[in-house]
Amino acid sequence: MANTKLEQMSDSVAKDPSMMTGAIPKKDWMDTPAIFKPGNYCYPAKQDMVEYLDKNLGSKGLFGEPRQWDVESDDWKLPENWKDIIIQGIKDRLDKFRSFKIFMDCCVRCGACADKCHFFLGTGDPKNMPVLRAELLRSIYRNEFTKAGKILGRLAGAREMTFGVLKEWFMYFYQCTECRRCSLFCPYGIDTAEITMMAREILHLVGVGTNWILEPASNSNRTGNHLGLQPHTFKENAEYLIDDIEEVTGLRLESLNFNRKGAEVLFVIPSADVFAEPGIYTFMGYLLLFDHIGLDYTISTYASEGGNFGSFTNNELMKKLNGKMYAEAKRLGVKWILGGECGHMWRVLHQYMDTMNGPADFLEVPKSPITGTVFENAASTKMVHISEFTADLIKHGKLKIDKSRNDHRVLTFHDSCNPARGMGLIDEPREIIEAVCNNFHEMPENTIREQTFCCGSGTGLNTGEIMDLRMRGGLPRANAVKHVHDKHGVNMLSCVCAIDRATLLALMEYWNPGVEVCGVSELVGNALIMDGEKERDSGLRFEPLAGMEG
Amino acid sequence: MKVLQALGIVLALMLVAYVGAALPGGRTLFGVVLPYLAFAIFIIFFIAKVMDWAKSPVPFRIPTTGGQANSLPWIKQNKLDCPSTTLGVIGRMLLEVFLFRSLFRNTQAEVHEGPKLAYGSSKFLWLFGILFHYSFLTVALRHLRLFTDPIPAFVHALEFGDGFMQVGAPVLYQTDLVFMAAVTFLLLRRLVLPNIRYISLVADYFPLFLLLGIGTTGILMRYVLRVDVVSIKMLTHGLVTFNPFIAESVTGIFFVHLFLITVLLAYFPFSKLMHAGGVFLSPTRNMANNSRMVRHINPWNDPSIKPHSYAGYEDDFREFMVEAGLPVDKELPPKEEAPAAEGDAPAES
Repeated sequence: MANTKLEQMSDSVAKDPSMMTGAIPKKDWMDTPAIFKPGNYCYPAKQDMVEYLDKNLGSKGLFGEPRQWDVESDDWKLPENWKDIIIQGIKDRLDKFRSFKIFMDCCVRCGACADKCHFFLGTGDPKNMPVLRAELLRSIYRNEFTKAGKILGRLAGAREMTFGVLKEWFMYFYQCTECRRCSLFCPYGIDTAEITMMAREILHLVGVGTNWILEPASNSNRTGNHLGLQPHTFKENAEYLIDDIEEVTGLRLESLNFNRKGAEVLFVIPSADVFAEPGIYTFMGYLLLFDHIGLDYTISTYASEGGNFGSFTNNELMKKLNGKMYAEAKRLGVKWILGGECGHMWRVLHQYMDTMNGPADFLEVPKSPITGTVFENAASTKMVHISEFTADLIKHGKLKIDKSRNDHRVLTFHDSCNPARGMGLIDEPREIIEAVCNNFHEMPENTIREQTFCCGSGTGLNTGEIMDLRMRGGLPRANAVKHVHDKHGVNMLSCVCAIDRATLLALMEYWNPGVEVCGVSELVGNALIMDGEKERDSGLRFEPLAGMEG
Repeated sequence: MKVLQALGIVLALMLVAYVGAALPGGRTLFGVVLPYLAFAIFIIFFIAKVMDWAKSPVPFRIPTTGGQANSLPWIKQNKLDCPSTTLGVIGRMLLEVFLFRSLFRNTQAEVHEGPKLAYGSSKFLWLFGILFHYSFLTVALRHLRLFTDPIPAFVHALEFGDGFMQVGAPVLYQTDLVFMAAVTFLLLRRLVLPNIRYISLVADYFPLFLLLGIGTTGILMRYVLRVDVVSIKMLTHGLVTFNPFIAESVTGIFFVHLFLITVLLAYFPFSKLMHAGGVFLSPTRNMANNSRMVRHINPWNDPSIKPHSYAGYEDDFREFMVEAGLPVDKELPPKEEAPAAEGDAPAES
């Protein structure tokens, strides 16, 4: 839980002098240093994590020199030529990414993005305005790579690379969750997510990275999932949930299986759904659904992590971790891949996977064996989102549903950043919710669909040591939930993202006690009328159904 | 401070032109040599910049999806904000380039006690942005009368339309007023809004003052000083026909006007003004959201990056997997002794 008390935080957000409350800093931003103190930074990556990842990516130094270092110290034990590494790192990326080049050149500082960032809205820190976040890097770009910057210097917004700048980068590129909300409003489509990705790649080159990202990434590489669950433990955990399903429904599902060759569909989930509340209820929902329709599927313990922690570091590690999915689909001989509810996972699957690790010519164009629907929108990547799959089943009347089993819930839906702005998956989950629930209320329009607000803890920021910051970053989302909580009595915040399920929980506990968090598939699982089940008196989390209390 | 620096630079430029043109040879320098030079710089470096962008690879297909994607047949796609076809992308780009679609979405956030966040519609930036760009375009096109002979019909039509209110003599062009008002708004906005002021660089104020200078001198020449247009046209038309001639009646203020334009042209390719070219190439806007439908090729994709192999994974965990009843590709080696005790498993963390 956050260190700061709710009342104090509430006052601070609304009244403390900040750019959100109308206070103007006296000093120019270039003259305002980043100061690290406990609570405002993520812990640095452990030496052995850096060693492991470096070794596994061909010892190219992508993660810098493995070492122990202290963020608050003025000696980060950087290599002697760290500035050269950074400048070369920028150059390499300018040559590889048109996006980076254009986004460095085109900003006119119109400020349309300024108040679109959840971190700015929650902290009022000017460097959390997307435009300034980008300027932190752009100023160095100008100094090194543009004529105007070289000749005019500060007049053209250029400045030299210094240790102070490096500190700024580490602070503010880890206060960006790559949610792309600013990009939606930018007249040139400048996407801070791209800039943050570049900045983090570059920071890693000099060994500046966080443990909360590199350790899960290492785990994902070796064990297949970010928590490092070994195959037997992963299976065991999933099977506990079969026990729970039996307790709720009276049915022992026999369909859950692992690493089975010849299955039609490989199902990949964010691994948190197997072991962490409330993701486990989402997982129970998946299993009930597959059993209900008799899907021929398997889950892999090797490719048991959909969420890609590599995408928070560099494109090389993103590719390496993602590569398991196609590799496993090929080994098992499945026809296509189905993906669970996960945000960053789907950004990678939708916009990167086929390019990085395709072509998936050993798979077939996904076709629902139940409805016969061919998922033409996934014709090349051959991977379908569970919400697309479920919405199709519902449309064709293939599910027996008792909506009243979700009557104890008054719902709203949180669009996760990546499905919304990196994929366009917006109405599918809503169709499902409308079909399985009676009480659904949308949050205000500026806070949903493509304008949705981040949970405040994406891209590897959902670590405990920056809880106050996360509560601030999540404030815009929490505030919109509070609106429907007060107005309609909303008590359940649904979403299609595993990071959301972890982080919104903390966010709701802090800002909106009384609002719980669930995946959409949990609601489906609650509502499904299974053949031969007993009369249910509780939901998947053993909570009493409406009319069954007491 | 930054704003004064920018203002100072523009005033200095004006003075340089005014004084410079009066010096021996100055009229040719400011009237002929520098304009030619600036025009060449503009063309060469503008094209070079765009070519540089265009030849950089686009490794991934990363459109920012601004609405519902192409999905199941009965789910209504937002074809303009989340296009999946080239036609849709063209539509999205046309809206972006001609109507500033993304800016039209703009909102303004406020924090109130509670805390309570509120988001209001905020269309002023869009409105004045669009007024500025279109009035600037009209003014520029109207100036074609100075570079063409005979004057094309559309320039006449534009002049007529622009002065349709028939106020004053010479007739007042509405775009002159709109242009000055819009640029002034954009400048005031930078000065008044604290967050915009904080992010503004000298390089943001400078083009605004440059435009104000150009507009002011132009308006003075047309409406107040009534300069000799015939001799000016002799020079401007002469410039495009490579036969420039500067008549005695061309005065200092014209050289100030022309020099500011000269500076604008030469400055353009090295500045943020290149957004004019960049907007067309922005990968978050000009790509179709069909990433799962059509494979996008990354020219520098590194095939040597392979996932940690399944075989390696199984080697690591085979005993546990067998014990847990998970299928394995390679069975455990047959053991000579009886099934081992627990301590036999390799220690794994």
